[in-house]
Amino acid sequence: MQVPILKQGPYLIASVQAALRDADLVQLRDALTEQVGTYRTRGVIVDVTALDVLDSFACRTLSEIAGMIRLRGAQTVIVGIQPEVAFSMVQLGLKLEGVATALDLEEGLEYMNRRMKQIEQGQYE
Amino acid sequence: MNDEFRVTIQSEDDILEARQEGRELGLRLGFGPSALAVIATAISELARNLLLYARNGSIICWAINREPQQGIVIQATDEGPGIPNIEAAMKDGYSTSGGLGLGLPGVRRMMDEFAIVSRHGRGTTVTAIKWKEPIPKSSSGE
Amino acid sequence: MSVVRKTTQRPRSQRSSTPELHELVSHLREQGSQLREEWARHITEARLLTSMSKDEIFAEARSIYDNYVDVLETGAVEALQAYARDLSERIIPRGVEIHEVVGIVLLLRDVLARSLFKKYRSNFTLFNKILDVYEPATNQIAITVAVGFVQERDRIIHQQQNAIRELSTPVLPVREGLLILPIVGIIDPQRARQFTEQLLQGIRANRAKVVVIDVTGVPSIDSAVANHLVLTVEAARLLGATTIVTGLSPEIARTLVTLGVDLSKMNTVCDLRGGIEEADRALGFRVARINDSSGWEKGR
Repeated sequence: MQVPILKQGPYLIASVQAALRDADLVQLRDALTEQVGTYRTRGVIVDVTALDVLDSFACRTLSEIAGMIRLRGAQTVIVGIQPEVAFSMVQLGLKLEGVATALDLEEGLEYMNRRMKQIEQGQYE
Repeated sequence: MNDEFRVTIQSEDDILEARQEGRELGLRLGFGPSALAVIATAISELARNLLLYARNGSIICWAINREPQQGIVIQATDEGPGIPNIEAAMKDGYSTSGGLGLGLPGVRRMMDEFAIVSRHGRGTTVTAIKWKEPIPKSSSGE
Repeated sequence: MSVVRKTTQRPRSQRSSTPELHELVSHLREQGSQLREEWARHITEARLLTSMSKDEIFAEARSIYDNYVDVLETGAVEALQAYARDLSERIIPRGVEIHEVVGIVLLLRDVLARSLFKKYRSNFTLFNKILDVYEPATNQIAITVAVGFVQERDRIIHQQQNAIRELSTPVLPVREGLLILPIVGIIDPQRARQFTEQLLQGIRANRAKVVVIDVTGVPSIDSAVANHLVLTVEAARLLGATTIVTGLSPEIARTLVTLGVDLSKMNTVCDLRGGIEEADRALGFRVARINDSSGWEKGR
């Protein structure tokens, strides 16, 4: 099942709808990487609110997404990880290290705006 | 109403099915949202291992009663090839190398009880239990 | 460690009705009030159930006796189990302990046995036959009651522990975007898990960006809990919140370092006040006093 990707200003927002199969995740990764180039996107927000499980494969793919987006010169933020899912993830040892996260779409957009400003002003975290 | 199930893991869809059944069984047994996420995630990890590394793997789950606690048992069993060095597999570094390992230490951390038996060439059985917080008397049968 | 699948055995719920059983039960019912009095007297003499008044003992004695004789007759253990748990639920909060419960059941057994002896002593053969029925039945009763009591007690203890845990880990929304989680007392793994769950739910509910976990009131932590603290910080981050840990005593700090916990993953600040100031900075607040007779603080 394809993940819908919306363009909102300088950002791309991917909203995961339901339990993703491995192939769907990989497809999302490739689609985002491509579209970042096409639309000259500055930031990608991946909304995983609907996911009730984030296992090792899913986390690895999200990390890959962030990495590949970065190589294309854009930022990624993962939003909507549910409390129970977060807890399970860290117990499993999956921390999404080096990948930005925010509570939800609203926070994610705020984060992106802040980051864009920082980058414009030449500040790097 | 079933308090057990078995799913043979031969494809990705089976992983999703096992996860879903696990969640449903957990819900029927009265587990809360945190525990349900743990159950589904543990099943997902174990099932993924079966798919990637094992022959004829299955996920079997059932309800367990050890007064006054109630719990769920998750078992991943296969016919090979077996884990050559369980100690190494249970070391944390093994699993967190970008999610390439077996994830067993993680599953152990998440679950309340954990046991693994593996015979090289014969197969492996991983058994884990998650206990439920005791429920108020009025709603328990017995 | 092996995991065994438990199969429950269905207890026999119908005792085979023999004339001896019938004889036995009739006698116990006829002599009911007299035997109950004698039993209550023994209970007092043995100084059991001291936390209950004479009237209360009498009232419970009546229903225990009736249940006892019923189970002797029918062998319906489930009913007895249910009764035992009910009784325990009533008397455990009164401070009654297991030895008292087992004690009074055994006393009842003895009182009834003597009464049987008195009645049947001239016919030893019959007496033996009656004992053949009586003894296994009463032993089963004693065990069932004891087990029921222990199960109920364990359930109550679990419940109380949960309640205490919840009370002792409140998640406090202090300012917009800031949560404080003061932890007091010894943290065991279950409590640790509970406070993490509450914290994460709190982050989502309050849209917190910064969390201050204050462990001033925690005397010591072991490696399991220390690792759990790290996991909590990581999980909070996944929800977009930064964590500041305050109030680490030198002892706990030493423990953490010895355990190899990666403190760089945590923001640690000396005390709670410093932690809140740090949090305010992180949130973009500035706290300043304004010239005002009421002395309210105004932020941002």
